[in-house]
Amino acid sequence: MTTVVPAAPPRSSGLTPSSAGRADRAFRWVTLGCGLLVVLILGLIAVSTTHESLAVLRAEGAHFVTSDNWVPASGHFGALAFIFGTLVTSAIAVVFAVPVSVGIALFVTEVAPRWMRMATTFVIDLLAAVPSVVFGLWGLQALASPISGFYGSVAGAVSGVPLAGSLLSDGQGSGGSGRAFMTAGIILALMITPIITAITREVFDTTPPAQKEAAYALGATRWEMIRGTVFPHSKSGFSGAVLLGLGRAMGETIAVALVIGSSAKITSHLFASGDAMPSVIANQFGEATGTGRSALIAMGLVLFLMTIVINFAARAIVGDPSGADR
Amino acid sequence: MTLTAERTASPMRQLTERSVSTSRRARNLMATVGVWTALACAVVPLALVIYAVARRGAGIMSLDFLTGDIPQRTRTPGPGMGPAVVGTLVTTGMASAMAIPLGILAAVYLSEYGATNKLAAVLRFLSDVMAGVPSIVMGLFIFTIWVLPLKERGLSAFSGSLALASLMLPIVIRTTEAMLRLVPRELREASYGLGARKSRTIMTVVLPAALPGVVSGCLLAVARAAGETAPLLFTIGITNKRNWSPSGSNTTLSAQIFTNASQPFPAAIDRAWGAALTLILIVVVLSTLGRLVAARFAMGGR
Repeated sequence: MTTVVPAAPPRSSGLTPSSAGRADRAFRWVTLGCGLLVVLILGLIAVSTTHESLAVLRAEGAHFVTSDNWVPASGHFGALAFIFGTLVTSAIAVVFAVPVSVGIALFVTEVAPRWMRMATTFVIDLLAAVPSVVFGLWGLQALASPISGFYGSVAGAVSGVPLAGSLLSDGQGSGGSGRAFMTAGIILALMITPIITAITREVFDTTPPAQKEAAYALGATRWEMIRGTVFPHSKSGFSGAVLLGLGRAMGETIAVALVIGSSAKITSHLFASGDAMPSVIANQFGEATGTGRSALIAMGLVLFLMTIVINFAARAIVGDPSGADR
Repeated sequence: MTLTAERTASPMRQLTERSVSTSRRARNLMATVGVWTALACAVVPLALVIYAVARRGAGIMSLDFLTGDIPQRTRTPGPGMGPAVVGTLVTTGMASAMAIPLGILAAVYLSEYGATNKLAAVLRFLSDVMAGVPSIVMGLFIFTIWVLPLKERGLSAFSGSLALASLMLPIVIRTTEAMLRLVPRELREASYGLGARKSRTIMTVVLPAALPGVVSGCLLAVARAAGETAPLLFTIGITNKRNWSPSGSNTTLSAQIFTNASQPFPAAIDRAWGAALTLILIVVVLSTLGRLVAARFAMGGR
């Protein structure tokens, strides 16, 4: 191949054909090296956090994830309450965010007039652009006190009702301080709505127009068309979107750290304050040393593993949007 | 695509509408109301956040606020986020200088060399997974491999920028790859036809053609990094002093919002709102710039 290369391009690059060939191959290796950085970083995260976690795992063993006794001063590191908090807040977030995201995605793909589609997409992108710490500041300084009044009236209204009476209360018969699992969940819902919406919208958009037209031709209303063609078509992509949102909610740190109220307890009262893994790491890392620091890094490892599993599952379901189908 | 569907479908709907039973029509109406409600559920809180930040932030915002020193005692009222503005610029700038070139080169591999090979498929999948790693884990990661071995010297803007760069890398890779894939194959073939090698084709034909999209994707990644707090908590240290250098403790707008937000003093909370307004403005300017660049070049190119 090198013998038939025309004279002009190599000369203009100032290289002889063979050295140009070498440069060409070198460029390929450089780009491959950059691609492999991803593997390197993911591997290093796993190795380094595991290594730093060993101290607490040796000291606590399985107690680290099965005990909720967290007293750093006396050397007790049971992270169960924080794992619980992470699961509860992200579950609340998903429960709120999913119907809202599906609604917005339907609005953009099926309902909105053309000019409103662009505007809606822009607004949702803007929601995604608001930094986590700004949501936290707003949640703490502007939302917490009005919402605690709201919690108080809800708790009053449902007290005595079997399940709801316990869930929708702070355990002391008032609205609490407003810094609670529920507040954290609501803020997380706002933060993951743009992610779920974006993917759901893309999936909805791939519904074949012929199927929609067929549904209309059979006399379906718009809602019947959506239920009959858009939803069945989007099932798997939608589950992936929800998982991605869940993964994001679990790892979200700063907003939760500011509004969850920082108290290590496992409770069924959603209006009570609690704590989640990322927010404990953020709030306690500065003072932690030795085993305490190791315990916080171990929580980071747990978080890493949880989000990796969820993201693996999500990507496997959603597939590769920029891959084979283009 | 959906437009044609609607256009062909709507006369049909008008024909059938009369014969649709009340309960079906009611259900359809309820669904429409539900969809609008969903939109309101996202737009109203966003409007409230922006309103609160603008109102509380505007009270303290001034040139003095952007350049002045942070008061030594948090209860002292008055301006000063200058050191945090500097820190945000330094950390985000260094993180971009690392993540953007590396990410673009990685994307070149995925799109230009790895369209069909197995390794590229794995790398593509892993960079998606990496994009899902929580930002606080990136902070812990840089803490354990970089800050711990260096002891006190480890806490610096450079360490913070390493964590931010790890966060930006997968975003840059995926957006750039998507843009490179949009470059028509004919452009590459024309370049090969003129005798250019693959690397030369990529550098002089493919990348310039995809430039607007790449720039706007990178600006979005920069905007994301500028607003991050969690990865910086354990990596940049704590200080109120202005520091343009990559070494030594630093502070950022996001870190200042986080520490001031939970202070009991009104002066500190005012500064937090002011910093929030500054940060939102930076993020919005970067994202809007990204969109403008994309739109401008798209028009020039056609």
